[in-house]
Amino acid sequence: MSQGHNDHHDPGWIRKYVFSVDHKVIGIQYSVTALLFLFFGFTLIMLMRFQLAYPAAAWDTNPPPGFLKALWGGFGNWIGRGLMPEGVMAPEFYNSLGVMHGTIMIFLGVVPLSVGGFGNYVMPLQIGAPDMAFPKINMMSYWVYFIGGVVMLASFFCPGGVANSGWTAYPPLSVVSQPAIEGFPFWFTGQTMWILGMVFLITSSLLGSINFIVTIIQMRAPGLSLFRMPVFVWAQLVTSFLLLLAFPPLEAAAVLQLMDRVAGTSFFLPSGLVVSGEAVAVSGGGNPLLWQHLFWFLAHPEVYVLILPGIGIVAEIIACNTRKPLWGFRTMVYSMMFLGFMSFIVWAHHMYMTGMGTTISAFFQMTTMIISVPSVIILTCLLLSLWGASIRFNTPMLFALSFLPMFAIGGLTGLPLGLATSDIYLHDTYYVIGHFHYVVAPGTIFAMFAGIYHWYPKATGRQLSELFGKMHFWGSFIAINLTFMPMFFAGMAGMLRRGYDPTYYEYIQSVQSMNVMSSWGAWLLGLAQIPFIINFFASIFAGKKVESDNPWQATTLEWATPTPPPHGNFVTEPRVYRDAYEYSNPERPDDDFWPQFVEPEKS
Amino acid sequence: MEIPYSVKPHPVTGLANAKLGIWTFLASEVMLFGGFFSAYILLRTGDPDWPRGLANNGLDVKLATFNTVLLIASSVTVVMAWAALKMNDFAKCKKYLWATVALAAGFLVVKFFEYKAEIVGHGIYPSTHNFYGIYFTMTGLHGLHILGGIAVFVYFLTFGASMWKDEPERYSGRIECVGLYWHFVDIVWIFLFPALYLL
Repeated sequence: MSQGHNDHHDPGWIRKYVFSVDHKVIGIQYSVTALLFLFFGFTLIMLMRFQLAYPAAAWDTNPPPGFLKALWGGFGNWIGRGLMPEGVMAPEFYNSLGVMHGTIMIFLGVVPLSVGGFGNYVMPLQIGAPDMAFPKINMMSYWVYFIGGVVMLASFFCPGGVANSGWTAYPPLSVVSQPAIEGFPFWFTGQTMWILGMVFLITSSLLGSINFIVTIIQMRAPGLSLFRMPVFVWAQLVTSFLLLLAFPPLEAAAVLQLMDRVAGTSFFLPSGLVVSGEAVAVSGGGNPLLWQHLFWFLAHPEVYVLILPGIGIVAEIIACNTRKPLWGFRTMVYSMMFLGFMSFIVWAHHMYMTGMGTTISAFFQMTTMIISVPSVIILTCLLLSLWGASIRFNTPMLFALSFLPMFAIGGLTGLPLGLATSDIYLHDTYYVIGHFHYVVAPGTIFAMFAGIYHWYPKATGRQLSELFGKMHFWGSFIAINLTFMPMFFAGMAGMLRRGYDPTYYEYIQSVQSMNVMSSWGAWLLGLAQIPFIINFFASIFAGKKVESDNPWQATTLEWATPTPPPHGNFVTEPRVYRDAYEYSNPERPDDDFWPQFVEPEKS
Repeated sequence: MEIPYSVKPHPVTGLANAKLGIWTFLASEVMLFGGFFSAYILLRTGDPDWPRGLANNGLDVKLATFNTVLLIASSVTVVMAWAALKMNDFAKCKKYLWATVALAAGFLVVKFFEYKAEIVGHGIYPSTHNFYGIYFTMTGLHGLHILGGIAVFVYFLTFGASMWKDEPERYSGRIECVGLYWHFVDIVWIFLFPALYLL
C-alpha cells in the first residue's frame, strides 16, 4: 500500500472536515446534524405536550405545578405575543409544531441518522471498501440534505407562520392555507417552503441511495459473497432500494402541490370547493385523494426505511454480545427482501377512511396482514438468537435488547390499524400515535443509540462511559414507556391526534390523566438525554482509550481497520474467509470469535 | 486504495460503477414520471371536461411532431458519438455531440415558441384547466431534463474534454452514461407526445 489514497498530501482543513469526500467524515457530519435535528424536533414536542397536559382553558380544574407554570410563562414572553397571546399557545402555533415535529423527526432526523450517518460510516467498512463508489455525490448528498434542513428552519420565519397543515400536507387544506403575502416573495410562505425543503431532502436521499446500491453491489472485498454480508449491510441495501423507488412519486406529488400553490392549478382541488363560506376561484376538477395516494406510496415504504437500518444495527449488536451466530440469518435476509417488496403494495391501509370501497380495502387489508409475517419472522430470529447465550449486558446490548419488546409492541398494535373494521374506529386517534411512536422512538431511535454506543470506539478511539450509558438507558427506557403507553388508552377512549385542547371534549375527560402522564414522560425523557449528551461530547476527550482495534471482539470487517480508520480505511486489502457471525465456533475452542478477515490456519 | 471498478467493468455484474449508478438513477426517474403519469390518468378519468382527441386542446400537433423527430434524431447522434469514441475518433465524436446539443437546443426553441403561442396567443395558463396544468408541469419538467442533458454534453465538450487525453476509457464511459440518460429523456417524450397531443 505504498501508493494511492492513503498517502495523498494533506488536503487542508476545509476539504478534510467540511467539504470532505471521505465517507467517514460525511457519516459523522450526517450523524451530528441529524442528532441536532432530533433534539430540536423533540423540543417542539415537549412544548406541545404542555398544551396537551395543561390546556389553559382548564387551568382552574387542572392546574400545572407552580414551577412549570412559571417556566411556561417565561417561554411565552420569550417567543412573543404572536405565537402565544396571553401566554397561551395559539392553535395555529400548536399545529405548526405538530407539522415540524413530524417532518423534522422523520426526514431530518431518523432517516439521515440511520442511512446517511450509520450507513455511510459503517457500510463501506463492513464490506471492505476504501470509500463509497461516488465520493463526490456522497458529499453532495450531505450538502443537499443540509440545504433542505436550512430551508425547513428558515420556514419558521415565514410571515403567516411555518407550515401548519399536518406533516402529511393533505390538500385541499395545504393548498388553500397560508397564501402568498403582499410584499414578500411568493414562495416565502410556510407550506411552500415546506415543499421546497422536501424536494431538497428527497434529492439528497436519492443521491445517497444510488451510491449505496452501487457500493454494495460493486465494491465488496474479495470473498465477501452476498450471503456473507452482515445483516446491517443487507438492511442498508433494501433500504436504499426503498428510498430509490418510493421517494420519486412524492417528489412528483410535491411538484404538483407546488404548482397548485404558486401557479394556480387545481390538481388537488375539486370543483365547487368552498372555503369559509366562499367558493374558491380555481378551475377545479382535481382530486384530493390523488395526493394521499402519491404521499402514502412513499410514506409506507418510508416506515420500513425507518425500521430496517435499526433492525440491522440490533442484529449486529445481538450477535456480538450473545457470542453466537445469529439464529436464522438467511431467513432474516429473505424476510427483509420480502418486506421491502411488500412495502410497495400496502400504502392504502392509511386511507380506509377515505371511502375508497370495500374491494380495494380488502386487497390492502390482505397485503397488510401478509407484510406483518416477515416482520414477525425477523423479530423471532433475533429473539431466538438470545436462547442459551451468555449475554454481555453492556450499554449497546441493553438498547438492542429493549428494541425487541418495544418494536414488538409497536408492530402488534399496528395489526388493528391494518384491518379496515377496527381502523375505522381507531383512525386518527392517539392510538395511531402510540403505535408508530413505539416503532420509531423506542424502536428505531433506541437502535440508533445502541449503534452509537457500539461504533463510537471505532469512530473516535475512545469508549463511551458505561455508567452514563446505563443512566441514559434506564432513564430513557422508563420515560419513553411512560410517554407512549398512555397514548393507547387515550386513543381507545377516542382522543383525536390533531386535537388542540383535549379538555374541550366531554367524552375524553376521563383520560386527561393519561395526557398528563404522557407529558411528564416526555419531559423526563428529555432529562434522561442529559447523561447521553455529556457522555457523547466529554468522551471525545476523556473517554477510556480502546486498547485494540476490535474492542468488542466482533467478527465483521469494520473492526479490521485501524482506530479510527484513516482515509482509505484498510491498511492492507481485506479478504473475507467466512460468514459474518462466526462466534463460538467449535472448531476454534480457544477463542469465541473468528473474524471474517482472519486467514484460516494452514493445516 | 483506489475505488475499484470506476472504469473497468466488475467481473460479475459486467458494469462499471457509473453505469450501474445511471441505471439505478433511471429507475428512480421511471418512478418520478410514473407518479406524474398516474396523476395524469387519475385526473383525466375523473374529469368529463378533459379535452380528448387529436387537436381538440389548442396545442400544436405539427410542432410537437417536428420536436419528436428532433429528439429521436438526437438519440441517434448520441449513439454515433459513442460509437466514434469506441473507434478512437474523438473529432467525429465531438461533431456528433455538438449535433446532439444543437438538436436538443432546437427542441427547446420550438418548445419556447409553442409555450408562447399557447400563453400569449390562446391565453392558456396552467390554471386554465387541469389538462393544461399537467401539460405545463410535465413538459416543463421534461424541458428541465433536456437542459440538464445539454449542460452535461457541453461540459464534456469543453471543460471535461481533457479527460479523453488522460483517461479515454473513463471518458467513453461517461459519454455512454449521459447517452443512456439522453435516451431516457427521449423515451419520456415518446410517452408525453401521445398522452398530451394525440389522445
